[in-house]
Amino acid sequence: MGEPLLQIEDLHAGIPGREILRGVNLTLPAGQVHALMGPNGSGKSTLAQVLAGREDYTITQGRILFAGQDLAALKPHERAAAGLFLAFQYPVEIPGVTGMQFLRAAVNAVRKQRGEPELDPVAMLKRLREAAKLVDCNPDTLKRPVNEGFSGGEKKRNEVFQLAALAPRLAVLDETDSGLDIDALQVVAKGVNALRRPDRAFLVITHYQRLLNYIVPDVVHVLVEGRIVKSGDRTLALDLEREGYAAVEEKAAV
Amino acid sequence: MTTTDTIQDLVPDKYKYGFVTAIDADTAPPGLNEATIHLISDRKQEPDWLRQWRLKALKHWLTMKPPHWAFLRYPEIDYQAISYYSAPKPARKDGPQSLDEIDPQIRQTYEKLGIPLEEQKALAGVAVDAVFDSVSVATTFKKKLAELGIIFCPISEAVRDHPDLVRQYLGSVVPYTDNFYATLNSAVFSDGSFAYIPKGVRCPMELSTYFRINAQRTGQFERTLIVADEGAYVSYLEGCTAPMRDENQLHAAVVELVALKDATIKYSTIQNWYPGDAQGKGGIYNFVTKRGACRGARAHISWTQVETGSAITWKYPSCILQGDDSVGEFYSVAMTNHHQQADTGTKMIHIGQRTRSTIVSKGISGGHGQNSYRGLVKILPGARHSRNYTQCDSLLLGDQCGAHTFPYIEVRNSSSRAEHEASTSKIAEDQLFYCHQRGLDEENAVALIVNGFCREVFKELPMEFAVEANKLLAISLEGSVG
Ligand SMILES: Nc1ncnc2c1ncn2[C@@H]1O[C@H](COP(=O)(O)OP(=O)(O)OP(=O)(O)O)[C@@H](O)[C@H]1O
Ligand SMILES: [Mg+2]
Repeated sequence: MGEPLLQIEDLHAGIPGREILRGVNLTLPAGQVHALMGPNGSGKSTLAQVLAGREDYTITQGRILFAGQDLAALKPHERAAAGLFLAFQYPVEIPGVTGMQFLRAAVNAVRKQRGEPELDPVAMLKRLREAAKLVDCNPDTLKRPVNEGFSGGEKKRNEVFQLAALAPRLAVLDETDSGLDIDALQVVAKGVNALRRPDRAFLVITHYQRLLNYIVPDVVHVLVEGRIVKSGDRTLALDLEREGYAAVEEKAAV
Repeated sequence: MTTTDTIQDLVPDKYKYGFVTAIDADTAPPGLNEATIHLISDRKQEPDWLRQWRLKALKHWLTMKPPHWAFLRYPEIDYQAISYYSAPKPARKDGPQSLDEIDPQIRQTYEKLGIPLEEQKALAGVAVDAVFDSVSVATTFKKKLAELGIIFCPISEAVRDHPDLVRQYLGSVVPYTDNFYATLNSAVFSDGSFAYIPKGVRCPMELSTYFRINAQRTGQFERTLIVADEGAYVSYLEGCTAPMRDENQLHAAVVELVALKDATIKYSTIQNWYPGDAQGKGGIYNFVTKRGACRGARAHISWTQVETGSAITWKYPSCILQGDDSVGEFYSVAMTNHHQQADTGTKMIHIGQRTRSTIVSKGISGGHGQNSYRGLVKILPGARHSRNYTQCDSLLLGDQCGAHTFPYIEVRNSSSRAEHEASTSKIAEDQLFYCHQRGLDEENAVALIVNGFCREVFKELPMEFAVEANKLLAISLEGSVG
């Protein structure tokens, strides 16, 4: 078991007048894949967005350590540079900005913050081609404006492509499997598996145990009403599917 | 803290072209009367017809009042306080004979601006006519162009060497009586570029002029005339910068384009004159008349402009579509930041049958900037089966700035139609966060999103200049949101 890459301690966060996360504890070591499951509205996306630094949410208690560093001190773009990537549940359209422009800007912005030289256009193209190959993505998407007019599935696949291009240390995938047909699901899973490395970790948010047949998690967490009520190995996902959240929650309470 | 606040504080303003070149200049005393015209004509050793034309213009101008219909606010300009002629003193009396003879100071200025004045640097294939204050200092590639019969030179030189051509076309698109600023320009125009592309010739390189306003208290009045003879093609780029000054400097240029039968003229402008400081002090007043005439069948004129500079921009590049099946296009990005004001747009006058025009205008306002699109589409009774498509998008980067649209559409026959689409938007918080999550800071994220907003216009620019336009926009955006 490697060093904890991500350590969430007693995290309380929410919007004015409402606490959404109510004491989340989670430890994710490098090299592992953790699945995060939970009913609609339980706070999964909120957790993902808080990790990424969305300003809409305020942390009222607890802290998040990323590679030993308190994330509270970092702005969203600095978190990205530190190696945190979020595949959005609802990827955003950037009209008129091609995938190429977007990723070129992103990759170089990250490199610059790390004090690395920017990639020249040739090196960049090479890197993006490799990334596309790794996740079996059509490099032609690079020519299209980011997410503009993409189908739901295309958007999700594009997130995984960006993930491959940015090669982060921690990837949070927020329902990247939702809306994918069975073939696309396998492609995405294959991509994620190809990106697994001893120094990289994944937090995979999903509603479906089906995905976990392809991306086999080390640990499954169940989030209910802003708290992780149960953690276990991958059989927990099977239990959830069979018995539903209520039953699992009840058992956990005993 | 909202995103809006943060962006405002982000970056100090820098106008990176705000240096002044210390050179000896031959500058006329301030003031405008007949003696001024004679001084200009004498200095330039002009033929009498041109001197008389200037005098007629002056006489007419004295009866005119500055227009006030534009959505712009600025103090009255004292036209008698301006100097109407300034020329760098040449080392030799008859001016530089070759590029090597140009004042090294001037060359350095151009180098700072990144203009490939020396031919060896001009690998990009751009022929540059550089106008420094009132005088054109160098025209590169002249010989190569001459082999094709293309004339590309300062207009003062064209008056001397190609008087018939100049006389035939000068004022034929923008008459000296046209409007206050054009009339003023006709009276006092100093220099500018002239290009003539003969029948059937496709100009093999971009022609380019760089204007730079350097001397203090000088107004700059360029006159550009481009004629594409039957079946000819030319792409022309005009780029402008000015040093940082506290006083407002007046700039009233006239550009005339003539496209004969089957000819195409693409005219691109990147205007980056000093916009004034963050408090709205200083900056260029840019009152420009640009007009193109499609004189023959299937003639095609396309204006593309990226306007990021100037304190005030008053500019309506227009097309007169006389020839049947002729085409007019206007692609514009206008950015106003701080206290900049822009009232810009186009006029498309459809006269010939089956004439078509396209207008794509992208206005971006930040800070206290005011950005107006003003467009006239006029389809005359005889212009049967003609079409116009207008798309007018505004992007607001803060809540202190403004975007305004004034479209005037007149369709005077039943077989033609004009379509108008308009939108006003703001950068969504979601888009910014998405960019931040990928590593882009506030400044880069805004620049990228704005760039996407301008895509339809940028793709009309010649490649090298699209990159340049991008950079300029990023500089102009600094401190734009608030
Ligand atoms: N910015 C916000 N403003 C108001 N309410 C919010 C906001 N963000 C989250 N919420 C609320 O907090 C709760 C948790 O939302 P969240 O999106 O984290 O759930 P989720 O577990 O991702 O659900 P799903 O499985 O449906 O994606 C929901 O009730 C949601 O309405
Ligand atoms: Mg969610």
